[in-house]
Amino acid sequence: MAIDRRQFLQGAAAAGVGVAYSGLSLAQTNEPIRLGLLTVKTGPLASGGIDMERGLELYMKEHGGMMAGRKVEVIVADTGGVPATALTKTQELVERSKVHVLTGPLAAFEALAIDDYIRAQKMPILSVAAAEDMTQRKPNPWFVRATSSSSQCSHVMAHYCATVLKYKRMILIADDIAYGQEMNAGFQRVFEENGGKVIQKLFPPLTTPEYGSFIAQLKKDADAIFLGFAGSNGFRFIRQLNEFGSAGKMKIVGGMTALDESVLRNMGDEALGIPTVCWYSADLNNPINVKFAPSFRKAYGYDPGYYGAGTYVNAEILNAALVSIGGKAENKDALMAALKKTNVQTARGPVTFDTYGNVVGNIYIRKVERKDGRLVNSVVHTYPDVSQFWKYDPKAFLANPVYSRDWPPAKNLE
Amino acid sequence: MRRNYILLLALLICLPWFSGEYYVNLASQILIAAIFAASLNLLVGYAGLTSLGHASYLGLSAYISAWLSLRMGLGHAVTAPAALLLTTLIGCGFGWIALRASGLGFLMLTLALSQIVWGLCYRWVGVTNGDNGLSGLTRPSPFGIDLGNSSAFYWFVLIITVAALYSIARFVNSPFGATLRGTRDQWRRMSSLGYNVWGIRWVTFVFSSFLGALAGLLYVYFNKYIHPSVMSVTVSAEALLAVIAGGSGTLAGPVVGAALVMLLKNYASAYVERWNMLMGIVFVFIVIVMPAGIVPGTLALLRRLRGGPR
Repeated sequence: MAIDRRQFLQGAAAAGVGVAYSGLSLAQTNEPIRLGLLTVKTGPLASGGIDMERGLELYMKEHGGMMAGRKVEVIVADTGGVPATALTKTQELVERSKVHVLTGPLAAFEALAIDDYIRAQKMPILSVAAAEDMTQRKPNPWFVRATSSSSQCSHVMAHYCATVLKYKRMILIADDIAYGQEMNAGFQRVFEENGGKVIQKLFPPLTTPEYGSFIAQLKKDADAIFLGFAGSNGFRFIRQLNEFGSAGKMKIVGGMTALDESVLRNMGDEALGIPTVCWYSADLNNPINVKFAPSFRKAYGYDPGYYGAGTYVNAEILNAALVSIGGKAENKDALMAALKKTNVQTARGPVTFDTYGNVVGNIYIRKVERKDGRLVNSVVHTYPDVSQFWKYDPKAFLANPVYSRDWPPAKNLE
Repeated sequence: MRRNYILLLALLICLPWFSGEYYVNLASQILIAAIFAASLNLLVGYAGLTSLGHASYLGLSAYISAWLSLRMGLGHAVTAPAALLLTTLIGCGFGWIALRASGLGFLMLTLALSQIVWGLCYRWVGVTNGDNGLSGLTRPSPFGIDLGNSSAFYWFVLIITVAALYSIARFVNSPFGATLRGTRDQWRRMSSLGYNVWGIRWVTFVFSSFLGALAGLLYVYFNKYIHPSVMSVTVSAEALLAVIAGGSGTLAGPVVGAALVMLLKNYASAYVERWNMLMGIVFVFIVIVMPAGIVPGTLALLRRLRGGPR
């Protein structure tokens, strides 16, 4: 057994050396750019993770597998949604597959688990995960995020609820994970600064089969409830709310993953009219998205949402950055500098990055409508060029602790 | 046999010189998993007590060392022994509770205790940083050797693995080990012979939790990040699978089992999309073909092929 393994390792090492030498001897342009995708294909987060792979796959198909005139080889790694595996898989992509650039991972704790390693390896990464501090109090110089920080969209929704919908008293509910806590905290801060009151905050565990005990607690005299759920939880909560006969009695608004296109296809009329907020909608009417969304739907049978669009937009940004440096993905410093200077039209609209590597872009208020027999999040209002700091000064914003269950303190709970 | 072991050890020492960095890191993880599985094997294989909560000790020692260095600003010279000591003390307490039962009751108690610790790590955000986990950790540099280097870290883990496995071998081959096996096979008879069955089991439990803590320390050094998922039932169950697949109650079994699990999880998953299913099929195959585990099964097969006595 030992000898077998030694032979195997020697073979593998020889193959690795061979690849490295052939890379040196050939001209750079003959070798493909290797793009590593960190995603989740097994476990509870898999539906979003598979969308991530599909979004990227579609981009590659549309562009003949090329970026900036070079072939692109996509290497997919399944992290299983486990932090330790995310690190191993990142090591595999970087050390064994020798990728030039990474995209993903999906979950905040995965991004945090590989943070140190990304810094040490100086590996450019276009993230999908929303963890606030990755672009705030502990910004990673190799990390850019074209999707959204946890609260970037909920700030906007809070402003819309307070000023347009004129809600005064609201309930916030979200999954009890960092993402949900950060999202609700951002909502609470902007909502209360615009004259509203958060009268109740609830955090059910991520894997709650039954929301009955939480629905029973809801304050009856609230104007509306904000759903900060991820995955299929928003869909399950709304369905159970209806089963409890609360349909129509409580107005609902949602965060950026509460009624994602990936779960909307499973819903019925109970979803109609619910406003949500996101940096993307499959219904978005811009020249890129009017091609992307229908071809995604044609290929996979449903609309692209947060995750499918996330990797597609990342690929567009990566392509633009590679074009600007003549396709030389091997020069990581130049690639990173080009990524940070991104100013490109994408499926989500125009994208630029702030100095912390987080996107400044449009955020959309959408409303669920029925079009051509299927439910869509149709855009009703656009907040242009929203930063992760909303309207606050970045320095003042960063002087506060990171958003959490306890910060900012809720003073109006009843 | 001894010559084979020395040959294997020499091979393992040489590994970083002929394989890439990725394989060195993978080997470090396999060794850490091997220590962890071997520590669980003390309970499952030698004491006959199936625990489904062993990840607690891995997680506790990782969290304690991370917390002491991040929040208290202590160096590795303090955090490492403190983490081992505190985790072993918790092991003393947990052993005292769990050993009120044996068999299924013991399994449920260890599961319940580990769920309490896991839940605490998730919800006690002020200490554990909840779902965001603790990051910004470092590896120690004993005698000025920087363990940030993956080869240096691998040798460091290898030394500790050899020491841990050697101590386990000494432990189970000692007269105490013989009485331990006695309590596994015939606890009533051992009791009537005047042996303190509970005490023997408790000492083993504590030693096992100490070795689990050792694996946890190496785990947090390797990952430089710690998240509550390390305490989940899945991690405990995976270690138990490694022990059973490799061969419980043998020295080499858990090591082989841990290597198998890590290779399936981290290596095969790059090629096989449904690697969870592959893992399931492999385990079903082992249970059907080699019910005693890979190591005893292979040895029996070899004996049969040589035509020797079964």
